Amino acid sequence: MIRSVETHAGHLREQTTIAASAGRIWGMVLRYWYVIRSSWPRTAELIYWPLVQMLMWGFLQSYLAQTTSLAARAAGLFIGAVLLWDILVRSQLGFAVAFLEEIWSRNLGHLMMSPLRPSELVAALMVVSLIKLMVAMIPVAVLAYCFFGFNVLSLGFAFAAFFANLIIMSWSLGLVSTGVVLRWGLGAESFAWLIVFVLLPLCCVYYPVAVLPAWLQPLALALPPTYVFEGLRAIVERGAWVSDLMLRALALNMVYFSLGFVAFRYFLQSARIHGTLVQMGE
Amino acid sequence: MQKPTTCATRPLPPPVEVRALRKLYRDVAAVDGITFALQKGSITALLGGNGAGKTTTISMLMGLVVPTEGEARVFGIDMARERHKVLHRMNFESPYVDVPMRLTVRQNLEVFARLYGVRDIKGSIAAMAEELRLSELLERPYGKLSAGQKTRVSLAKALLNKPELLLLDEPTASLDPDTADWVRSVLAAYCQHRAATVVLASHNMAEVERLADRVIMLEKGRVIADEPPPELIQRFGRANLEEVFLAIARRGGESAERAP
Repeated sequence: MIRSVETHAGHLREQTTIAASAGRIWGMVLRYWYVIRSSWPRTAELIYWPLVQMLMWGFLQSYLAQTTSLAARAAGLFIGAVLLWDILVRSQLGFAVAFLEEIWSRNLGHLMMSPLRPSELVAALMVVSLIKLMVAMIPVAVLAYCFFGFNVLSLGFAFAAFFANLIIMSWSLGLVSTGVVLRWGLGAESFAWLIVFVLLPLCCVYYPVAVLPAWLQPLALALPPTYVFEGLRAIVERGAWVSDLMLRALALNMVYFSLGFVAFRYFLQSARIHGTLVQMGE
Repeated sequence: MQKPTTCATRPLPPPVEVRALRKLYRDVAAVDGITFALQKGSITALLGGNGAGKTTTISMLMGLVVPTEGEARVFGIDMARERHKVLHRMNFESPYVDVPMRLTVRQNLEVFARLYGVRDIKGSIAAMAEELRLSELLERPYGKLSAGQKTRVSLAKALLNKPELLLLDEPTASLDPDTADWVRSVLAAYCQHRAATVVLASHNMAEVERLADRVIMLEKGRVIADEPPPELIQRFGRANLEEVFLAIARRGGESAERAP
């Protein structure tokens, strides 16, 4: 019994190298990938809401195009907005739900006890949110083209800039929401599900910032996604590419992401002080 | 002329060293100023009733809980501040912490092997599966295993990195006597071969008598006894550890001692 103990001397890799860190991140990515792969209902669920949203807004856009000149001029405005909004939502949920899986499966203690560092867990959650996003959005984007002739890639470089800014914002929200769950446990789970929807009215997904009351506009302009949706409208309605909007969004995103990571570290330390890490479970 | 030695070789720090460790939750002391050190290769049982402070002590040894006062050091490292320097040298097993249910046994072991930086992942999993009688279960989802099978998987996860320090929280809880006995045999064999240090929290006194060479008994967060099981039994004038435990739990530490 336990023969391998004596024959595997030096069986562990050096722990402090970048390669070791990458190995741990890859281990966590594999862990989430195995979950996605093991359950087709989960995969279907990833696609379901973006598909429903895209179809609903797509048909509404088609109807409005027949009745109003604005909608006719701005073909693809609603579908583009809903696709970009879903990038933000799905990525944030992908990040937060992957973390919640650890609590639901009562695995968090094992992870926190392992050599996995908090920054590596965050990196793995970011990669997983991207994977889930691809699984959800690629079929929906293809269907948007098939049903309504809207090709998201026709936005070109702008789409890459929109995508990057939305993803970074979703990670910032993911960091805060998972930090809150770390600190207060599953009692705060709904926060992780709902936090992103606070942005829906504020970041002007379907209407310009000018529509908001004057006192609310500074708040909207403090949110990076607002610039993405303003940028989308500039392209679709006027054919203008406003690079300064994207740079402002990026600068704000850097601030939000840094704050998100600091908040995550703070909540993690607070959880270690209050003992909530060892009390979590279903 | 021989060059004088400028620095003597420092003795290795003990695997576990706890000094004046205290943990307060609001005004309640879960652990109240305990001090002990464990020798390499020793198996030490933390005993005590519910709420005595066993799990909090183990959690502080893992660095999952930060002490209010005092220190918990593992291999000389302060676990509240620098735990990542030694986490690869330790591991943990508890029936109250699971691994992901949807993943197969092999997938789970692979993930943890990567987290611990195991070099030969396939070989290590194969060897561990053979030793812990898991070979036929490797492709089955963890969530579909029986309690005994799950314990074997948890044990495989805990031994995968060949830990020098193993923290066990009731490792045989809810197991049938045969499986529990087998688990104890595996743990005893592992510790013997690796000279691994073990901290064992258990309510099973027979298990403690069989495995542990030292018992630290806690009550209301304080150490009320710290000695090898035979000496503890003799000092309290009881037939076995269970009787000692019951006597302490019902009457308090000092008054439970019988005159020889």
